[in-house]
Amino acid sequence: MGAPMLEIRGLRAKVGDLEILRGVDLTLHAGEVHAIMGPNGSGKSTLAGVLAGRPTYEVTGGSVRYEGKDLLAMRPEVRAREGVFLAFQYPVEIPGVSNAYFLKSAVNSIRRHRGEPELDSADFVGLVAEKMKVLGLDEAVMKRGVNEGFSGGEKKRNEIFQMAVLEPRLAVLDETDSGLDIDALRVVAAGVNAMRSPQRTILVITHYQRLLTYIVPDRVHVLSAGRIVRSGDKGLALELEQKGYAGVEAAGA
Amino acid sequence: MTTPSSHDALLQLSSQEYKLGFSVDLEADTVPRGLSEDIVRLISRKKNEPPWLLEWRLKAYRHWTTMREPKWAKITYGPIDYQAITYYSAPKPKGPAPKSLDEVDPEIRAMYQKLGISLVEQERLAGVAVDAVLDSVSVATTFKRQLADLGILFGSFSEAVHDHPDLVRKWLGTVVPHNDNYFAALNSAVFSDGSFAYIPKGVRCPMELSTYFRINAAGTGQFERTLIVAEEGAYVSYLEGCSAPMRDEHQLHAAVVELVALDNAEIKYSTIQNWYPGDKDGKGGVYNFVTKRGKALGRNSKISWTQVETGSAITWKYPSCWLIGDNSIGEFYSVAVTGHRQQADTGTKMIHIGKNTRSTIVSKGISAGHGQNTYRGQVKILKGAVNARNYSQCDSLLLGDTCGAHTFPDIEVMDPTAQMEHEATTSKIGEDQLFYSQQRGLSQEDAVGMIVNGFCKKVFLNLPLEFAVEAQKLLLVSLNLEGTVG
Repeated sequence: MGAPMLEIRGLRAKVGDLEILRGVDLTLHAGEVHAIMGPNGSGKSTLAGVLAGRPTYEVTGGSVRYEGKDLLAMRPEVRAREGVFLAFQYPVEIPGVSNAYFLKSAVNSIRRHRGEPELDSADFVGLVAEKMKVLGLDEAVMKRGVNEGFSGGEKKRNEIFQMAVLEPRLAVLDETDSGLDIDALRVVAAGVNAMRSPQRTILVITHYQRLLTYIVPDRVHVLSAGRIVRSGDKGLALELEQKGYAGVEAAGA
Repeated sequence: MTTPSSHDALLQLSSQEYKLGFSVDLEADTVPRGLSEDIVRLISRKKNEPPWLLEWRLKAYRHWTTMREPKWAKITYGPIDYQAITYYSAPKPKGPAPKSLDEVDPEIRAMYQKLGISLVEQERLAGVAVDAVLDSVSVATTFKRQLADLGILFGSFSEAVHDHPDLVRKWLGTVVPHNDNYFAALNSAVFSDGSFAYIPKGVRCPMELSTYFRINAAGTGQFERTLIVAEEGAYVSYLEGCSAPMRDEHQLHAAVVELVALDNAEIKYSTIQNWYPGDKDGKGGVYNFVTKRGKALGRNSKISWTQVETGSAITWKYPSCWLIGDNSIGEFYSVAVTGHRQQADTGTKMIHIGKNTRSTIVSKGISAGHGQNTYRGQVKILKGAVNARNYSQCDSLLLGDTCGAHTFPDIEVMDPTAQMEHEATTSKIGEDQLFYSQQRGLSQEDAVGMIVNGFCKKVFLNLPLEFAVEAQKLLLVSLNLEGTVG
C-alpha cells in the first residue's frame, strides 16, 4: 500500500466557542470506501465541512494531509480543483444560474487548474449526457436554476451527478441518504458505486446503516463526541444497527 | 488557524472603478451660470425656437420658482445651488453644421468611439440607430434616412421642434406636464435637447432606436427631454445609455421622458444608466433626478420599461405607466446597483384606469459598500378599472454588512375586482451559495458574479440581446467583478 490519500491527525475544530472535533485521527488510501457513522451532534458534518474548507468552522489543532499536501492551507476552491468533492447534505439553490452554466464553469475551473484546455458547450454536452442518464436526470434539469425548485431527491441525485462529472479523487458524501426514499436511494447508490475506482477514495458519512447495504464500505468508523471511538469492517455497521450507538460506544470504551 | 474567510473578499468587491470618467477639451458655447427668465429666454433664442415653446418654458420656470425641492425620498445630499449651475453648453461647431456623419467633428467622433458608441453606420452596433447627445445638444443621428423611408421620425428634439412643430406641440407635456414636479418643471424651463421618435400608424420599427447621453463640460447640468409617440399599431424598441467624466463636484441631471402609445401600439424603453457614481468616499458623482412616464392611451397598448441603474451618486426616478386604454399593459423591470456611497430611490407607478389592464413589476436591488438602495412603488387601481391585475416582485441582495436595502410599496385598490400579487425578499449574498460554488472549483469572484447575474436574470431577459450582454458586463464592472463571468 502506497502513501495515504488522506491523513487526518489530531484534528480539532470549533464553531464559535463550541469545540466539536476533539482530536480526529483517520487514514484513507486510494481505492477505499470508508464510512463514518455516529449519532446526531457527534461531529460528522463538521468533519465533512472542515475537509472542504467551510468558513463556519475554525480549525484549532491537528493536521490534514491530502496526497501529501497540507489541505487546511488551501482555499476551498483550490481543494475542489485539487480533486476534493463534497456532496452536500443540504444542496444550495442558486436562482437564475442554470445547472449547465454552473457545472460547466466548475469543470473548466478544474481543467484550467490542471493546465488542460477548457471544454466548449458541445464537448460539455457530450460529457454530461451519459452521466445524466445513469442518475435518471432529464435534460430539462440542465436549463433550470441550480437546485432551484428541485425536490429533495432531485437535489441529492444532482450532487452525485456533479460528482460523476467532476471526477474527484476524494469524495465526501455528507448524509447523502437523508430524505431519500428507497428507490432514490438505490439510484444514488448505483451512481456512487459506478465511481468506485482504485484511484479514488470515498468517505461516506451517514447516520443509518441502510445506505451501507448499497454502498458497501471497506472500513467503518464510529464518531462520537468529536473522536473516532471505534473502527472495523462492514460488520461494525450491522452491529450498530442492532445495539445502537450507546451499546457500541460502551463496547469500544 | 482559520479557513480563509470569504467575508473580507466580499467587502473588497464593493469597491468600484469607473471606466468612462475621461473628459475631452472641446471648445463650447456656454451660457452664464445661474437660472433666471433671461437664461430661459437665452436658451430658447440660441435654439431659435418658436414663441409657443418659449412661452411654455417660461410658464414652467415661473411655476418652478413657487415649488420646493421634494424631500420624501430616502436619500441625503447637500443643498443644490441652482444658481451655480450652467444650464446650457454646446460644443462649438468648427464650421457649418455637419450634413453627414463623416462631417461630425473628428474629436467628438473619437470621444464616442472611446465610449464604445459608433457614430459610423454599419459598425459594431449595426442595426441600431443612435442619436448622440453631448452636454446640451444632439451631435449626430445615425440611420436617419433609412428610418425616414418608413415614415419614422427619429432625431434630436431641437430638430423636431423645427421640422415637425405640430407633432411636438400636440404631445409635449401631455404625459409629464410643465408643472408635474420640481425637477420636471426645472427640466421644462431649461431642457436643451433630447431625442424625438415618432412611429406612424402600423409601422414596426425595424431597428433599435437609441440615444447616448454624455455630459462632458464641467459645472454643467444636463436637462434632456425625450418624447416618443407610437401611433396605432406601431412598435418601437428604444434604448438610452449615458456616462459622464469623473469630476469632484456633483453634476445635476434632470431629464424628462414622455411616452405615448395609441391603440395596439407598443413601446419598449430600456435604460442603461452609468453616470459617474462618485468616488469611494462619495466625492463627486451625478445627481440623477428623472421623471419618466408613459401613457398607454389606446386599447391593447403596451408600455414596458427596463432599466439597469449602475451609476450616479443619487438616483431618483420612477418610470411609470398610466394604463388608460382598455386591456393595456404596463411593465417595469429594474436592476439598481449601489456601491460606495451611492444612493438610489427608484421604482415605478402603475396607475390602472382602463378595464382589464395588467401590470408587472420586477425590481432587483443590489447594495454593496455603503450603498443604500430603496424600492419605492405605487400600484393604484382606480374605480372602474374592472379586472385589473398587478404582479409585483421586489428582491434585494446585500453584499457585505455596511450597505442597506429598503422597500416602500404602496398599493391602493379602489375597484373590488382587482387581483394583486406582491412578493418581496431581502437576502444577503449567501455564504452558503458562495461556499457551494467554491466547493465546485469556482473562485470567490466568479461565484459572486455568477450569483449576482443570476439574481438579475429576469430583468436582463427583457433587454434587447446586444444590450443584455453589455448590461451584464457593466454590472460586473460596477461591482468590480470584471472579467469573471463571460
